[in-house]
Amino acid sequence: MRSARGRSVRAGWLLAAVAALVLVSAASLAVGARQLSPGTIVAALTGFDPGNGDHAVVQARVPRTVLGLLAGGALGLAGAAMQGVARNPLADPGILGVNAGAALAVVAGIHLAGVTSLTGYLWLAFAGAAAAAVVVYLIAAAGRGGATPVKLALAGAALSAALFSLMNVVLISSQDTLDRFRFWQVGGLAGRDWSVVLAGLPFLAAGAVLVVGAGRALNGLALGDDVARGLGQRVGLTRGVTALGVVLLCGAATALAGPIGFVGLVVPHAVRLLSGPDYRWILPLSLVLGPCLLLLADVAGRVVLLPGEVPAGIMTALVGAPVFVWLVRRSKGAAL
Amino acid sequence: MAELAAQDLTLEYGATPVVAGLSCTIPPGKVTMIVGANACGKSTLLRGLSRLLKPAGGAVTLHGQDIRSRPARDLARQMGLLPQHPSAPAGLSVRDLVGRGRYPHRGAFGGWSRADEDAVERALAATDTAHLAGRDVDELSGGQRQRVWIAMALAQETELLLLDEPTTYLDLAHQVEVLDLLTDLNRRRGTTVVIVLHDLNLAARYADHLIALKVGRIVAQGASAAVVTEKLIREVFGLECRVMPDPVSGTPLVLPLGRHHTASAPEGAPTGAPAAAPAGGDVMVAIP
Amino acid sequence: MSARLPSLRPSRPAVLLALAAGGVFSAAVLLGSYTVTVPDLWRVLAAHLSGAPRIPTVSFMVMELKLPRAVTGAMVGAAFGLSGALFQTLLRNPLASPDVIGISYGASAAAVTAIVVFGASGAAVSGAALAGALAIALLIYAISRRATGGSGAAGGRLILAGVGIAAALQAVVSFLMTRSDIRTAADALVWLNGSLNSAGWERAGILAAALLVLVPAAAALARPLRMVELGDDAAAGLGVRVGATRLGVVVVGVALAACATAAAGPVAFVAFLAGPISRRLTGRTSLPAAALTGMLIVLSADFLAANLAPLLLAGTVLPVGVVTGALGAPFLLWLLATANRKDT
Repeated sequence: MRSARGRSVRAGWLLAAVAALVLVSAASLAVGARQLSPGTIVAALTGFDPGNGDHAVVQARVPRTVLGLLAGGALGLAGAAMQGVARNPLADPGILGVNAGAALAVVAGIHLAGVTSLTGYLWLAFAGAAAAAVVVYLIAAAGRGGATPVKLALAGAALSAALFSLMNVVLISSQDTLDRFRFWQVGGLAGRDWSVVLAGLPFLAAGAVLVVGAGRALNGLALGDDVARGLGQRVGLTRGVTALGVVLLCGAATALAGPIGFVGLVVPHAVRLLSGPDYRWILPLSLVLGPCLLLLADVAGRVVLLPGEVPAGIMTALVGAPVFVWLVRRSKGAAL
Repeated sequence: MAELAAQDLTLEYGATPVVAGLSCTIPPGKVTMIVGANACGKSTLLRGLSRLLKPAGGAVTLHGQDIRSRPARDLARQMGLLPQHPSAPAGLSVRDLVGRGRYPHRGAFGGWSRADEDAVERALAATDTAHLAGRDVDELSGGQRQRVWIAMALAQETELLLLDEPTTYLDLAHQVEVLDLLTDLNRRRGTTVVIVLHDLNLAARYADHLIALKVGRIVAQGASAAVVTEKLIREVFGLECRVMPDPVSGTPLVLPLGRHHTASAPEGAPTGAPAAAPAGGDVMVAIP
Repeated sequence: MSARLPSLRPSRPAVLLALAAGGVFSAAVLLGSYTVTVPDLWRVLAAHLSGAPRIPTVSFMVMELKLPRAVTGAMVGAAFGLSGALFQTLLRNPLASPDVIGISYGASAAAVTAIVVFGASGAAVSGAALAGALAIALLIYAISRRATGGSGAAGGRLILAGVGIAAALQAVVSFLMTRSDIRTAADALVWLNGSLNSAGWERAGILAAALLVLVPAAAALARPLRMVELGDDAAAGLGVRVGATRLGVVVVGVALAACATAAAGPVAFVAFLAGPISRRLTGRTSLPAAALTGMLIVLSADFLAANLAPLLLAGTVLPVGVVTGALGAPFLLWLLATANRKDT
């Protein structure tokens, strides 16, 4: 009886989240420096008229919205999965070195090869993220005990430290590089078109499949390695596959939208406070609430400082922090 | 002699009273066992007695003085505690852990003396863990770990020792060993021992004084023979049983009547309690 | 089993650490782009202490540049190392450190605001950093506090609140970096990494005064903290005032990080690295070892940053914080990879 009520409460949250997402997506199409009515949006989507300025704006906002959905979902999902793998509340998807690897690769690209295009950044970021994650995993798996959550988290944090330091070496010695990098590193959805979105799509899809499929296994991991093995789970495999999914998701999201830290870190915690510790609920809720937050932030960023824009990477933190604080105060104390 | 007493004690978790208006005196120099069904408040009572929980009403006194009025370290020199589910940080050696039991005697800055060393050695010897002294606590088996934690409480060398379910994870041999050890402590050093125990038969055997709790109230207390009756077990645990004298120790032995494996039960001999219902004539037929 | 008196004598690895720290300190003062011979050093010190006339050039190099820099670096390293170890022990999380739970970002956000928005520099930035760190610490404490509920729960909520605030502040800092001209942004970046470039006796003196209070406080809390490690119940049973100890550790940890940040900026990763490295080197958690390790990291990093980096990077002097991560993190990674005992 009690679990049915719990299940319906959680289903209610999920439905509410989806509804919110739909609303926010609509807002993302409508709101901005030029406000558009729903009628205009529908007209632009169904019967596009190249001469119409409004329609052009919609056309620009559609990939931006889609990117927000994809990146937000990827970050939320990756964050939730990372918590399951690392069993550490301080672990965010960047803990596998993904963010640091991406950033260092972009900086190196700018400094050594003069890369300036977003697509260029994309491939660099992705390569860097993947390389870093591989190194973290290898180091954590070496030494006795294999890739335990503690060693993964420590190795990831340590590698991130090393890579960020290297990155700062370059940035301090070259102001030109800093000048270009500081805008990318804020993270945002502006200025990205369909080519960017499509480039990232396969990685996002692959990562999502891996992570969502691991939901039940993550529940087992949460009980501790021994209990999980006793339940017949292949602990190392689960961890490895989930980590791979996290790297794909997070690497792609960072490559597409720059490093947006808050979503992957805070959304899973917030979700857990609503849904409890069952990953079969945490994952879908994170998948939906992540883009809610990101798109909401993007929309807010368009109107807060007219006629300029505040990048989404900033606004996610400003929008999300008060909500998060409220949730923490409400909680009975994190059972992490 | 350490006299620990609860006076009209009320203990709450949040706004829910778990123990309400409870008064009792722990007999000094004896082994007291607290028993009861799950969630009856026995652990809560122990936590209240050991100052872990602040009373919502009433008081706990030691030698007539409210325990909350004394400095924590003072109290810790007189009263030792072994909590449920103790957890040791990773990489801690057994010797280190047992040594920490000397904290009330050393404080934040005190040095390590011969007396401290001897206390640790005695504690290790008494719990048969001396051979584990160099190992890490988290490498030990459940039973070994429990004994090491008891050694830590022993190293505290207090007049009073409170233990919350100290026999969890222990096999029968070690359960008996621990209880024998605590009895030794009581007989030789006069330590007052208070134990929350879930095993009713062992509790009945080892207790000088037995307290039975139900929903935060004392239902009965006294000598095992007087307290452990079929009527009481039914009331406190909701369990039908036969009670007969333990052929080994003479204390009451509770034989539960379950739905299986209950062939003709032996006639329950009255254990001397005047209120015991006559059990003669009732022969239990095995229920398939 | 022979009785072994666990004495107060430090373990051998700790002694080695202390010697290493001393060695690097000496190297920082004596070696580098300007070398000082040992007899010269004595002469300079003697002249300074006895009021005799200074020796040109050498006196300046030693007394105005090298010595204050080394002394500040040592203190900053010790403070960060100690702070990180305190948080890691209290929160039972090897990832914990004032960086991660937002204290450092509070300092950074305040300092970068001062630099970018108000064009401040020097002491004003330090003051802003200190105020920022303390303000955020109070905020996190207020968020994670609750009228009822055990202190165990408060630990988890503290981490969560800190992590969320840290992420938010990090975004603020990133944003500020895009809202200024490139020169100011470059200056801000140097500060953000932590730098000993503006170390002087005045700053060192203030930091020393703070440490004179905080280090003994940490020492007094060390043993009760070890009891709290055993669990709140066991610690209370041993006569520890658990709530007071936790509060004390948090206050001292925050104060150490805040003061060190005010002196040299948030020297990256020292607080995080010192604890795990010292634990793997000495085999046990020890606050003094963590402090020494922090000292060692900062002094070594600064030596490299000030002396070797210009040779490699055409004259750019790197701030110490850039090298601490580049130096300490690979070392930790190597330790992790070559761990030969069952790890925690």
